[in-house]
Amino acid sequence: MQMEKKIKELEEKAKVVRRHIVEMIGRCGSGHPGGSLSAADILTVLYFHKMRHNPGLPKWEERDRFVLSKGHAAPVLYAVLAEAGYFPKSYLKTLRQIGSSLQGHVDMLSLPGIEMSTGSLGQGFSAANGMALAARLDKKNYRVYVMVGDGESQEGQIWEAAMTAGHYKLDNLTVIVDHNKYQIDGKVEEIKGIQPIADKWRAFRFNVIDGMNGHDIKAIIKALDEAERHKGKPTVIVAETVKGKGVSFMENRPKDFHGKAPTKEEVLKALEELI
Amino acid sequence: MVEFASTRDTYGKVLVEIGRSDRNVVVLDADLSVSTKTCLFGKEFPDRFFDMGVAEQDMMSTAAGLAACGKIVFASTFAVFGSGRAWDQVRISIAYTRSNVKIVVTHGGITTGEDGATHQANEDLAIMRAIPNMTVIVPSDAIETENVIRNLVKEYGPAYVRLSRLSTPVINQSREYGFKIGKGIILKPGNDITIIATGIMVYHAMVASDELAKEGISARVVNMHTIKPLDRQLVIQCAQETGAVVTAEEHSIIGGLGGAVAEVLVENSPVPMVRVGMKDMFGESGAPKELLEKYGLTSPDIVKAAKSAMKRK
Repeated sequence: MQMEKKIKELEEKAKVVRRHIVEMIGRCGSGHPGGSLSAADILTVLYFHKMRHNPGLPKWEERDRFVLSKGHAAPVLYAVLAEAGYFPKSYLKTLRQIGSSLQGHVDMLSLPGIEMSTGSLGQGFSAANGMALAARLDKKNYRVYVMVGDGESQEGQIWEAAMTAGHYKLDNLTVIVDHNKYQIDGKVEEIKGIQPIADKWRAFRFNVIDGMNGHDIKAIIKALDEAERHKGKPTVIVAETVKGKGVSFMENRPKDFHGKAPTKEEVLKALEELI
Repeated sequence: MVEFASTRDTYGKVLVEIGRSDRNVVVLDADLSVSTKTCLFGKEFPDRFFDMGVAEQDMMSTAAGLAACGKIVFASTFAVFGSGRAWDQVRISIAYTRSNVKIVVTHGGITTGEDGATHQANEDLAIMRAIPNMTVIVPSDAIETENVIRNLVKEYGPAYVRLSRLSTPVINQSREYGFKIGKGIILKPGNDITIIATGIMVYHAMVASDELAKEGISARVVNMHTIKPLDRQLVIQCAQETGAVVTAEEHSIIGGLGGAVAEVLVENSPVPMVRVGMKDMFGESGAPKELLEKYGLTSPDIVKAAKSAMKRK
């Protein structure tokens, strides 16, 4: 019963996060709605259920870390951080504007709660490994979470980093692949296929949790808990997601809404769907 | 008799000493630890040494992650890889984040020798200098290398330090000569022209100055160990006091020390200037000494350049 209530709360929170995403990208007229919406449920579970963190003390040493390696999905991270209380929600209105802390791609020096500046794909994963190694050196119990995109998985550095995590048996690290199946130029499998994803990660010495529904709060919680319990290897969760999730016309045109902002009318339509 | 010492041997030894006094120091290498001498640190502190394998890009971003958790990170490989191969990672993961990562590379310049053009970094100073927040240093000898490394541990932020493959002539008699990052050093006074040199070319500049003296030309020599932030004040002062400048570096004449000095002079105090360095071309395999001669990186080349600059005074 308690759990059902929690799940309901998280579902509601994810909706609020989605509303922020649509509104902020719509307002500034540029950004990446598709890949932000596909990651909304996972980030909601991480920041409002799973991770130990303290928005009042963003540099708390024992905190769990989250690195958004697919840095273009910045709006979803801004939305959860604002909702969590890292900075005022009014900041969201300044996305991508000159002088704003909310850069087009996340900047760790300009905003509390951002663990690593990302945007050039592949780099965030390696940085997350560095944080996991530091935890081990300092004998700290924090966990490191890193989200990578499926398109991002075409970067060579992702596999360099995977090799590092596997070699060093970073079981304090959880990688989440946001498998929303689309990249800027089209379908991932048509541009340059990354399948079989699970086999690739297994070959890189990961514990693989495959086929998780990235929009099912209960399934996300279960997978993250399972990842934490697994010792001796890093875990990757391959999250099956829908690009533009929650907004019907974006779900139907995922390629169009990879890096394009909705119009004013589209924002209103989207918000109607997200009540 | 000129004494020779290896900058990379010094780096390896100093790193171990720093590691003993500061538990926060962590060292990364990309399968070249025997060459870069970080293996010495790895042997004494296996827990704080990570060989990242042949993966320089991964190494640089991993270094940033460690630094984000409070570590002072040294990341080493050859100059070509630490600059070119991982440039984007250095730019975003390390420099944009102003991470406390010291990229200390060996095998800089054409004296890498027999490995040939692929392994001779002649462009690294230019591409590292172009990155905001980045400090760029080329020690003139082994003694200065120790000063650089010890200073970097005290100064927070990213830096790129370029060392040599070969043992190089020792210029400084002891570590007490007032070394400071960003401050050039007048090694030899002179009034007719200033030779501003960096790295191994500081020694060649001293030899050139002696040769010029025989012909009655008083050539000042400046050891410009820090390429960025450049000691602009000293460059301008030398130009104004001597009226002509030669730069000398084991690097392309495009974008390195010569480029940096030219930028300052053109905007502030234009004087006749000649850049000694690799022309806009790749090197080749060969003995380091032969290569220096073939590509115009010797003291006679500096003498020639000085005379040419003075003619235009």
